[in-house]
Amino acid sequence: MGFDIRMPIGMLFSLFGMLLLGYGAATRGSAMYEEHSLGVNMNLWWGVVLLVFGLVMLALTRLRRKQ
Amino acid sequence: MVWFAVQLVIRTNELLKGIHVRPEPHLIDYAIILLYFAFVLGIGFVLKKYMKTSTDFFLSGRSIPAWIAGLAFLSANLGAQEVIGMGASGAKYGISTSHFYWIGAVPAMLFVGVFMMPFYYGSRARSVPEYLKLRFDEKTRGFNAISFAVMTVFSSGVSMYAMGKLLQLLLGWNFTAAILISALIVLAYTFLGGLTSAIYNEVLQFFLIVMGFIPLVYLGLRDVGGWDGLKVRIANDSMVHSWKYMGHSSANPMGVEWFGMLMGLAFVLSFGYWCTDFLVVQRAMAADSMTAARRTPVIAAFPKMVFPFLVILPGMIAGVATSSKMHDASAKESVVASTAAQSSFFTGGKGIIPPKYDPAGKPVTANGKVVLDYDLATPMMLVRYFPSGLLGLGLCALIASFMSGMAGNTTAFNTVWTYDIYQSYINKTASDQHYLWMGRASTIFGLAISLMAAFVAKEFNNILDVLQLVFAFVNAPLFATFMLGMFWKRSTGHGAFWGLLGGTVAAATHYGLTLPAGAVPGVKGGYLGPILHVYPSEMAQNFWTAIFAWVGCFTLTVVISLLTAARPEQELKGLVYSLTAKPEEGGLKWYQKPATLALIVLVLLAGLNVVFW
Repeated sequence: MGFDIRMPIGMLFSLFGMLLLGYGAATRGSAMYEEHSLGVNMNLWWGVVLLVFGLVMLALTRLRRKQ
Repeated sequence: MVWFAVQLVIRTNELLKGIHVRPEPHLIDYAIILLYFAFVLGIGFVLKKYMKTSTDFFLSGRSIPAWIAGLAFLSANLGAQEVIGMGASGAKYGISTSHFYWIGAVPAMLFVGVFMMPFYYGSRARSVPEYLKLRFDEKTRGFNAISFAVMTVFSSGVSMYAMGKLLQLLLGWNFTAAILISALIVLAYTFLGGLTSAIYNEVLQFFLIVMGFIPLVYLGLRDVGGWDGLKVRIANDSMVHSWKYMGHSSANPMGVEWFGMLMGLAFVLSFGYWCTDFLVVQRAMAADSMTAARRTPVIAAFPKMVFPFLVILPGMIAGVATSSKMHDASAKESVVASTAAQSSFFTGGKGIIPPKYDPAGKPVTANGKVVLDYDLATPMMLVRYFPSGLLGLGLCALIASFMSGMAGNTTAFNTVWTYDIYQSYINKTASDQHYLWMGRASTIFGLAISLMAAFVAKEFNNILDVLQLVFAFVNAPLFATFMLGMFWKRSTGHGAFWGLLGGTVAAATHYGLTLPAGAVPGVKGGYLGPILHVYPSEMAQNFWTAIFAWVGCFTLTVVISLLTAARPEQELKGLVYSLTAKPEEGGLKWYQKPATLALIVLVLLAGLNVVFW
């Protein structure tokens, strides 16, 4: 009923992904990555993953609508 | 009042001093959380216009696709207690905690989907108590409806309390503000969009929890050297095997042997919950067809099998993790020596788990050993491994898990209140629009009661324990009633009602006559006077209480049913196994058949149990 739930999921995760990606890029080399995530820039990497997930969800919504 | 407030401030201050590694959420973290709140509210607003009838509001018009209903089924059950509690359990007992999932949830989920949904869905009952009314009689429905309504609204309160306490401890957020804000958000979206809103948000919350915890497990495992590295650091074989030490209760940290666990947990408690609790069954009832309804719990079982890795592992890692600064310092020593010797973040703590602090700020001890605050295991993992940014996501996942549980309780309550209490006993002949209005009204007062319960829990901590106890007594016999109702046509209303009552009393009696080792009579049991048996652990006592309750209910129901008049068979068509046509599965592909999917889950489940034997 209502609208396709994949749309808000896709939008939210794409936004999260972009936020984390952007923040990760802006804070590259920061000491906090050494202190927390074992030196890995998790913001950057996980931001990419979230963005991809969000875009996949949105793509699925588009495909559904075409049917 | 003033004294309380002063105590609160002092206590909080001491607790805050104890946590040396206060996370400092940055703007980015708040941005993430606020964005999430905006979406959750937005979904509620958009769905408002689709809520035209009471069926729309309480049952989503029975139009939800199986995969959505399935994820909501899983997510509604996930609450504060699960994410935090399983982490705590993992830190305390190790991988045996997985039993709560692999034995204590999945088989019951498969059973309710394949065997019980045909009656729940086919009877067109609008709630679980309504099924009892159709199958048995009014008094059985009343007993179930009232006990469930009270239970669910108080459970919500307990959940709120847990969340408020955690956010206050971890981030210094004001307890009242934290729970009021989340309650208001949940209120807004369930008020506007009803069950559909709750379901959509539950799916959102599911993905958020998964996406928030995967990086935690990844980083944690990478830090300790993978599963093998974890095993070495824990240095306690019974924490890394789930079955090997189940032969005798003294061999494993949980203090349970396999039989008590199998019967108590696997059978009585888990089936009692997953097969009869309206909070989850409601999501399956909202599905768009009979096969979708049957597939819903089975679909939920797939991610459920995997959740131990997301919620239990962080707890296990927390007990042996170190801070990055210590990591460098001890890199030269052997891993085992360094984790044993160092005192971690907190004096008296274990890994990154802090001890419980008394009002003076000193670690609490019992029997000479420091009492650890295991509930902080998972939150401390977030603090330890997540930089700002990701921290926002992790906190969001935590808050989401609390809110999905709250919303589940709220929608279950407003439905049972409106249909099973209000419509059945107070106002039988109002218009549908009136019931829709009542649904919205009960959403408000349901949440209000939960809020009050949260505040009461804060002041009187023992109330929590008493409440949980009462709920356990009421839940334990339920499955016997439903099983006999659905699979034995001879069971009658009188049998069901007295069986339920008797089972509850049996539970209270067994609990009142036994004690777990090292406990004093009171909330832990033994309140009836003579102690007939001492169990090696609380868990063992709980499992056996459940077994007694179930057996009591079963026996009483059978005996009284045989002594009372049977119902004519044509009235029971569609309500009992032997009088209902088998569900039509002709046109379905293999992956759409509930039984086939269930079989796949069982095979995977067996595999998991073997791997972690």
